Amino acid sequence: MTQTNRLDGGQIDRNTSLSFRFDGRSYTAHPGDTLASALLANDVRLIGRSFKYHRPRGLLTAGSEEPNGMVELRTGARKEPNTRATTTEMFDGLEAYSQNRWPSLKFDALAVNDMFSNFLSAGFYYKTFMWPAAFWEKIYEPIIRRAAGLGSLSMEADPDEYDKGFRHCDLLIIGAGPSGLMAALTAGRAGADVILADEDFTLGGRLNSETIAVGDRSASDWAAQVVAELSSMPNVRLMPRTTVIGAFDHGIYGAVERTGDHLATLPAGKPRQILWRIYTQKTLLCAGATERPIAFENNDRPGVMMASALRTYANRYAVTASQRVAIFTNNDDGHRTATDLHAKGVKIAAVVDVREDAPSSYDYEVLKGAQVINTKGRHGLSFAEISLPDGSTRTLDCGALGVSGGWNPNVHLTCHQRGRPVWNEALAAFVPGGELPVGMSVAGAATGIMSTCGALQSGAEGAAKALNLTGALPDLPEAEDAPVIQTPFWYVQGCKRAWVDQQNDVTVKDVKLSYQEGFRSVEHLKRYTTLGMATDQGKTSNITGLAIMAEVAGKSIPEVGTTIFRPPYTPVPIATFAGRMKGQEFHPTRLTPSHYWAKDRGAVFVEVGNWLRAQWFPLPGETHWRQSVDREVRQTRASVGVCDCTTLGKIDVQGTDAAEFLNRIYANGFAKLAVGKTRYGLMLREDGMVMDDGTAARLAEDHFVVTTTTANAVSVYRHMEFVRQCLCPDMDVQLISTTEGWAQYAVAGPNARKLLQKIVDPEFDISNEAFPFMACGNVTVCGGLRARLFRISFSGELAYEIAVPSRYGDALMRRLMAEGEEFDVVPYGTEALGVMRVEKGHAAGNELNGTTTALNLGLGKMVSKKKDSIGSVLSEREALVEPDGLRLVGIKPLLAEDKITAGGHLMKADGPVDAAHDQGYVTSAVYSPILNSNIGLGLVKNGSERLGEKMRLVSPLTSLTVEVELVSAHFVDPEGERLRA
Amino acid sequence: MIINHPLLGPRDASEFTYLGDASLINRPDWQADNAAEAFYEYGYLRDNPAGEHQELWYHEAGDRSWLVVTRNTLTHEISKVELARDVARARGRSK
Repeated sequence: MTQTNRLDGGQIDRNTSLSFRFDGRSYTAHPGDTLASALLANDVRLIGRSFKYHRPRGLLTAGSEEPNGMVELRTGARKEPNTRATTTEMFDGLEAYSQNRWPSLKFDALAVNDMFSNFLSAGFYYKTFMWPAAFWEKIYEPIIRRAAGLGSLSMEADPDEYDKGFRHCDLLIIGAGPSGLMAALTAGRAGADVILADEDFTLGGRLNSETIAVGDRSASDWAAQVVAELSSMPNVRLMPRTTVIGAFDHGIYGAVERTGDHLATLPAGKPRQILWRIYTQKTLLCAGATERPIAFENNDRPGVMMASALRTYANRYAVTASQRVAIFTNNDDGHRTATDLHAKGVKIAAVVDVREDAPSSYDYEVLKGAQVINTKGRHGLSFAEISLPDGSTRTLDCGALGVSGGWNPNVHLTCHQRGRPVWNEALAAFVPGGELPVGMSVAGAATGIMSTCGALQSGAEGAAKALNLTGALPDLPEAEDAPVIQTPFWYVQGCKRAWVDQQNDVTVKDVKLSYQEGFRSVEHLKRYTTLGMATDQGKTSNITGLAIMAEVAGKSIPEVGTTIFRPPYTPVPIATFAGRMKGQEFHPTRLTPSHYWAKDRGAVFVEVGNWLRAQWFPLPGETHWRQSVDREVRQTRASVGVCDCTTLGKIDVQGTDAAEFLNRIYANGFAKLAVGKTRYGLMLREDGMVMDDGTAARLAEDHFVVTTTTANAVSVYRHMEFVRQCLCPDMDVQLISTTEGWAQYAVAGPNARKLLQKIVDPEFDISNEAFPFMACGNVTVCGGLRARLFRISFSGELAYEIAVPSRYGDALMRRLMAEGEEFDVVPYGTEALGVMRVEKGHAAGNELNGTTTALNLGLGKMVSKKKDSIGSVLSEREALVEPDGLRLVGIKPLLAEDKITAGGHLMKADGPVDAAHDQGYVTSAVYSPILNSNIGLGLVKNGSERLGEKMRLVSPLTSLTVEVELVSAHFVDPEGERLRA
Repeated sequence: MIINHPLLGPRDASEFTYLGDASLINRPDWQADNAAEAFYEYGYLRDNPAGEHQELWYHEAGDRSWLVVTRNTLTHEISKVELARDVARARGRSK
């Protein structure tokens, strides 16, 4: 297909042809094109359907402010919905699809919505679908979501990589138009570290869209020359294709660099986009201005575009939207478009200027004091109806209509902190005001200086001022300096369906209606009509909406106020925020020293606090996890088992006040713990709830080793540092986490000592007399390797934990397995560990759930009242010490095979089953291969006094009812004879 | 945000963990007659100033110092950063 709307000139490479497809049809384009310019070149005006009414829509702009021209780009897992055609850089093989239409773009069945537009006005959803509430979820919402929508997701994972990075500079310049380039030149020549970021792939901003001269050359040549000089400066970093999306605290900016969006295929290892965090002392915002439309009847017909966009397409991309173009303007800038297009050979149907005193032209007709009152054409503009000052009307034959209502400075980033734009009467527009982000100043059109000459000058001065430069500024090239006067003209009176926000389908009438219905604040107007709440954040619509509201309220625009803008400046894919933190990389994976040994044994792993822990070790022939776990439990209790407990938090506590410090953080006492002894420690939060538990082993008078649960290792350490630094700053005590420094293994079972005696060097006596229950000490193993030995037991068996420096963990595990062969040693995982601790009645994570007190867990007596410890005062609160409060009990089904369900609730044997009669709940449930029964732990009201009571365990969600009996939580070896053996 | 660590200089806020009001340093006397009431207030009641606020930040991904940061809640301006240990001592805490 030929590019029928291609003009001469432009900044495209005509020597190279690219092919692309839109809705399955093939077209050609050139490097330098955007998808939008290429579609226009091929005379494609209809791009999509509107959000609510499914009206045919085309392109409105040539930039990132585009509300209409959105497509689904690429295919398969790489499909990106809602991509603006105006910012999509052309590449060979590009594929795009129109969206929000069915079955096709030209015939969209849901265009029927447009005929019911009287019923779909502002607040329609709120008014119509109020009742019945249940209908929302099932009926209304799915229908609305299907009808009102944008693109669709691929529902597949994005296969590309996204990255994050950090950059630093003295001066960040946002926008590379005339002011930005001049600022970068000034700062760069002065030697400052400069970052110049621009969302476009070619730097220069409007200079690339205009036919004006800068100095002795064309504006775009001047821009290219400056960019070349800046590229040669080592202290200047140019960042094209980079949108600064937000201004954050203390001079930090977020920026998205589209490193791969313009490539058909990403080179291996190259990210598609990078989210930069830029730290800067000073920032110069040179974001330019956005042209604003005038609203009139049917102003959304494809072919009705911004006048400046027509000029960009013609001058930069050598494309005209049509061979016959009309202009509708209230200011001189609209005439520029007519002049430029005329010079390129495009027929100007007329310039319709609302001003009686509009300038005349020899080249085309100017209709002064005239207005566009309607447009006609199926799927695109064919005619514009004009009302003339004498009251007569006239029809203009045109395929494109350029609209110019003046320019709005791009103040967005000035609002991201506390900035509040102020109304400038001369420009009839908001300019930056209030408190700008730290270190930010504004130059050029973004601050309301609309001439090229003014922009160049304010850019140079802005950079000099920001950096306190004292030398002479670079010579300013000559450029146009036409005065800019903007007399507001927002919409044509008497129109019925004149679009203000084209992306969210909001009309002039909707804005007026919402005011009549009492929505007087701008923020309410936005939310009720959804004006400015689409992905374009109302860049072309907010001010017009505000002006209409001011008019119906009989107030001035500044009296009505303004809405402010939030980050991001343009939409950012979630993938970019995620960067590399997805899937397996979402958080670090921590492996214990003997991980690969366990993996070789076929262990099944479970994630605990970023660690991978062996859950069980299946043997050949075992088809169900229970077979493996039951075997591990039986074998451990019968002989000896080994469990990797490296992941428990280990904190080294040293200093002359170490014992006193532990006294403070633990509810029970530690001051009198003898050297060479270990004690169970219960840690409370200051509100009296149990925070964590563990053991503290006293290796020397001034040296303890504290363990924490795996999951709480980080938070307990943080808490201990808080107590140390903030509450007892003068205690002589030092903390360091040694979790990763030591590999630690539990060796449990009647033969544990016999096995360890083969490992621990013979000069250390670990007999029951010399090394009794709760003993600890430094030993050596395997012929001189330093190790720590603790006689502590979680399983209830005769047990030890032995720790060696991490790098010996794997070797120690292998040695334990080899030496244990004669005892039929078994490695056991976290499931068997869990079974054995429930059999023994030890509370663990399920019971230490943040809502339980020591009293709840049957550990009330551990909370010492003789000393100051965290949480002891508030643990005595009335509600926490009620005699009828929850107490930890064991739960056994009357029929051993009946399953206990953790989370199930307990009810009395008779009576109602409801929340009011709740007696407590099950926290842990396992099958005990020792008792040949399902068993559980639970918290029951006054449970310790109710042992022997029959109850019903219910789970209404799964219709489960099981008859159970409350028993002692100590199912196995209640007297503790085994662990002292 | 950037927190100007008294020992390490300016550091990004992402290296820190936030706890809350620096009044948490003022832990009451456990033996006082009104200890229950005082601990209740200490644990649960906080001022919510629109303006300067002293708060505790922990340099978890750094040197593990607890810091008292004076931050304006309206502007996020940080006017002072001190070691919590120094603040605690100045407020009379010892062992």
